[in-house]
Amino acid sequence: MSEGISPTTCGVRLIMPHHLRTLAAVEGEILLQVAPPVSTRAVLDALEQRFPMLRGTVREHVTFKRRPKVRFYANEQDLTHQDPDTPLPEAIASGSKPFMIVGAISGG
Amino acid sequence: MTGIRVLVGTRKGGFILNSDEKRKNWTVEGPLFAGWEIYHMKGSPLNPNRIYASQNSSWFGQIIQRSDDGGKTWFQPGSVGEEPAVDEMSGMPKGESNKFVYDTSDETGKPLTTHQWYDGTQNPWEFARVWHLEPSLTELDTVYAGVEDAALFKSTDGGTTWQELSALRGHPTGPAWSPGAGGMCLHTIIIDPSNADRMFVAISAAGTFRTEDGGASWTPINQGLHSEYIPDPKAEVGHCVHRIAVHPDKPNVLFMQKHWDVMRSDDAGDSWYEVSGNLPTDFGFPIAVHAHEPETIYVVPITSDSLHYPPEGKLRVYRSRSGGREWEALTNGLPQENCYVNILRDAMATDSFDSCGIYFGTTGGQVYASRDSGDHWQAIVRDLPPVLSVEVQMLP
Repeated sequence: MSEGISPTTCGVRLIMPHHLRTLAAVEGEILLQVAPPVSTRAVLDALEQRFPMLRGTVREHVTFKRRPKVRFYANEQDLTHQDPDTPLPEAIASGSKPFMIVGAISGG
Repeated sequence: MTGIRVLVGTRKGGFILNSDEKRKNWTVEGPLFAGWEIYHMKGSPLNPNRIYASQNSSWFGQIIQRSDDGGKTWFQPGSVGEEPAVDEMSGMPKGESNKFVYDTSDETGKPLTTHQWYDGTQNPWEFARVWHLEPSLTELDTVYAGVEDAALFKSTDGGTTWQELSALRGHPTGPAWSPGAGGMCLHTIIIDPSNADRMFVAISAAGTFRTEDGGASWTPINQGLHSEYIPDPKAEVGHCVHRIAVHPDKPNVLFMQKHWDVMRSDDAGDSWYEVSGNLPTDFGFPIAVHAHEPETIYVVPITSDSLHYPPEGKLRVYRSRSGGREWEALTNGLPQENCYVNILRDAMATDSFDSCGIYFGTTGGQVYASRDSGDHWQAIVRDLPPVLSVEVQMLP
């Protein structure tokens, strides 16, 4: 899909784990249009708006709590436990680095 | 009937096995939803092309999948393959086919907040997964879901949205329900074919419940059960019921495989008596009824609650042609040495060909089938991931 970057939104690159890409029927990295200020919540809102089949898979319905085994990495930092309304690093908002949704490493 | 479809849910995906009425040669399709746990797949008795699947991951939660073409293609109701269901107020796509939210509404007016935890304290109800999907016998778009933590949900729009039938969980005994080793799950849903308002459900570890009004009210039906592992062995609730089964021609006769004990009720669950008889052990998970003989039932004895494999390493299905008490071992075609698999509660099913077929899946990844009511068995597929559920669809 070809997407230009709107002057009123930021083009955020997003990388998802295999299972979520399968559910969303996408391959590789995706580009999301996110209204500033770009925060974890804003990125997830944009993701669920575009891919409603992902609602409930990254964060819970109703409470919007992050699912326990989901992690958020960006700009070589673990932002999992950061307040979801905290603005993300400029490198994410500008699209120079991707925001990553990661399934937590779990033994077995 | 010209063919048969066996729906197999496993720890790492779903599989569909197809054959004709001879049931000799099978094709295997899958894995569907590879890498996800498929707890259960079941087809509508009204339209065999309508199949529901419960897809789950401890990372990414619950997904409901639906096929309207016999499993060739799948979609999440309301999200893919259909026009998105859009919330009129927010304009957001709903994507609610996996939204299982417990009813805590003021209108219900019941303390639907906590249940007993392993240590005896109270713990909030927390949704984990859908164990069992039961399509309606009369309405194509109506389907029930039994979930963990134990509750019953209903969809009337083909799985697009779900509403809890909260009177079950709101029963006064609800705070006394507690999880079994596998969690606190509602794993069995039986709809009375002669009365759509009557349903039976079973919960580990609460017991069995019956509704006569479509889920508006529920009665615990556990009188006669005896469970040494709870403080009061004859308590109203707290029993670890593993599975119940019924023949459609005799909806008042229920059979139960309990944690320990094989039980029978002749009065729709009002009272139970033990029919374990000469079984080598009466611990086990599944129980099934012959398609044409309401007094012929099947169980797979497992060594004990600590040793979840067949006694002596011999995989034996036991059949009773007298509704219990007298059992015979069925071994022809089943491994009789070094077999240490388990057969889970939803992993046994029957077909309704003239010569009744019996099917079960193992945690070792085999699905065994018998075309002659259990006299002879063959593995129709091997080396799948651990099998969680087996269902059969008869194809016109």
